[in-house]
Amino acid sequence: MSDFDFSVIWSSLPFLWQGLQLSLWLTFLAIIGGIVIGTLLALARLSGIKPLAFVAATYVNLIRSVPLILVIFWFYFLVPLALGRPIGGFYSALIAFVLFEAAYYSEIMRAGIQSVRRGQVHAGQSTGLNYWQIQRYVVLPQAFRNMVPILVTQGIILFQDTSLVFVVSLRDFMTASSIVARTEGRLVEMYLFAAVVYFIICFSGSMFVRSLKSRMAT
Amino acid sequence: MNYNWNWGVLLEEQYLNWLISGFGWTVSVALCAWCIAIVIGALVGVGKTVPNKIISTACAVYVEIFRNVPLLVQMFIWYFAVPEMLPDDWGRWMKRDMPNPEFVTAVVALGLYTASRIAEQVRAGIETVPPGLSAAATAHGHSLAQTYRYVLLPISFRMIVPPLTSEFLTVFKNSSLALTIGLLELTAQSQQIAEYTFQGFEAFTAATVIYVFIALVATLLMQVVEKYARIPGYVDAKD
Repeated sequence: MSDFDFSVIWSSLPFLWQGLQLSLWLTFLAIIGGIVIGTLLALARLSGIKPLAFVAATYVNLIRSVPLILVIFWFYFLVPLALGRPIGGFYSALIAFVLFEAAYYSEIMRAGIQSVRRGQVHAGQSTGLNYWQIQRYVVLPQAFRNMVPILVTQGIILFQDTSLVFVVSLRDFMTASSIVARTEGRLVEMYLFAAVVYFIICFSGSMFVRSLKSRMAT
Repeated sequence: MNYNWNWGVLLEEQYLNWLISGFGWTVSVALCAWCIAIVIGALVGVGKTVPNKIISTACAVYVEIFRNVPLLVQMFIWYFAVPEMLPDDWGRWMKRDMPNPEFVTAVVALGLYTASRIAEQVRAGIETVPPGLSAAATAHGHSLAQTYRYVLLPISFRMIVPPLTSEFLTVFKNSSLALTIGLLELTAQSQQIAEYTFQGFEAFTAATVIYVFIALVATLLMQVVEKYARIPGYVDAKD
């Protein structure tokens, strides 16, 4: 412990920064994709069309009962097989994350949609809007706004989850830290540094959520 | 899609044994970690609510640290960094002589991580107990410890059973991270079968089915607990 070596962190910063960029980019794309598909799943579950609701519910419950690592393994195996050619680790991981997180986002959006009072829908109907217009202009904007803090919290969890691409050696921040740790033989420094970086980002994120919540409460 | 189906591979003795042993490790890691998590989570959660600045701050710091660092990083720190940071003798013991190092590390890492999440549930549970009740306890001459022991904890622990159900499911899923430090639990075993036999579809399906089965059993178990823990007539009393 006495010989804590900061220079190894300093000299590997450019390499780590590249990794962090991949983590953030993956997080960003997965949040967008997850929310879009999650919202569609939530609409399907609340559509009142029995088979559609059943399929969506089964998908959500299935995904939510298996670990993310297994889902990543699934898609690393399935995507190249289904497309007939490899598309690179990043896109396989991205698809896995989008489809995995969509299940969690759909639960959030479902709660959000149910938090919009029925009178709003009836008002939409009486002004002559069709189903999609009501969702698009009345229900979803309100559902979204009610759920922003939880959506952001889920985004923070998603950012932490991206570290799991380590299992398929995709070079995110975690994998980059681990590569430096092994090649330089500096495990303590690198893993503690990784922890500090993740902590700062996620803690700022949860502070942001807290301020959002208090702003919304007033 | 060109794929040679061969479901029989799962029944070959070697691979079937791998799956069974993986299932065993997954369940053991999850249950052991859960025990640690419940005890520490309850202590830290209660600690966050006590009217003592030092204790409540320390507990809040615990929760923030363990919640805001990915479990994978925590796993690596326990496995790779902690033995280096301890006094030489201890570090050497952890690296050489500790029995089942992967298992013990995974249980500790997962347990302490899950504890931070349970602590938040416990704190929320205590805070939903109407303040009038603890005021009434104080008026009866209960000490702080007695107020917790006889009023706050019995009510809040019974109210947080439903949110704990989802934590209980999560601990099984998170136990898969033990594979990153070399524990051959269920996900690792299915991956290994996929690599050995090229029957990824069958191997991952088997693991998925087993995880779904675990989730179903865990949910049923918690439903029983929920039934016994429910406080009659208390559902609407929150406000």
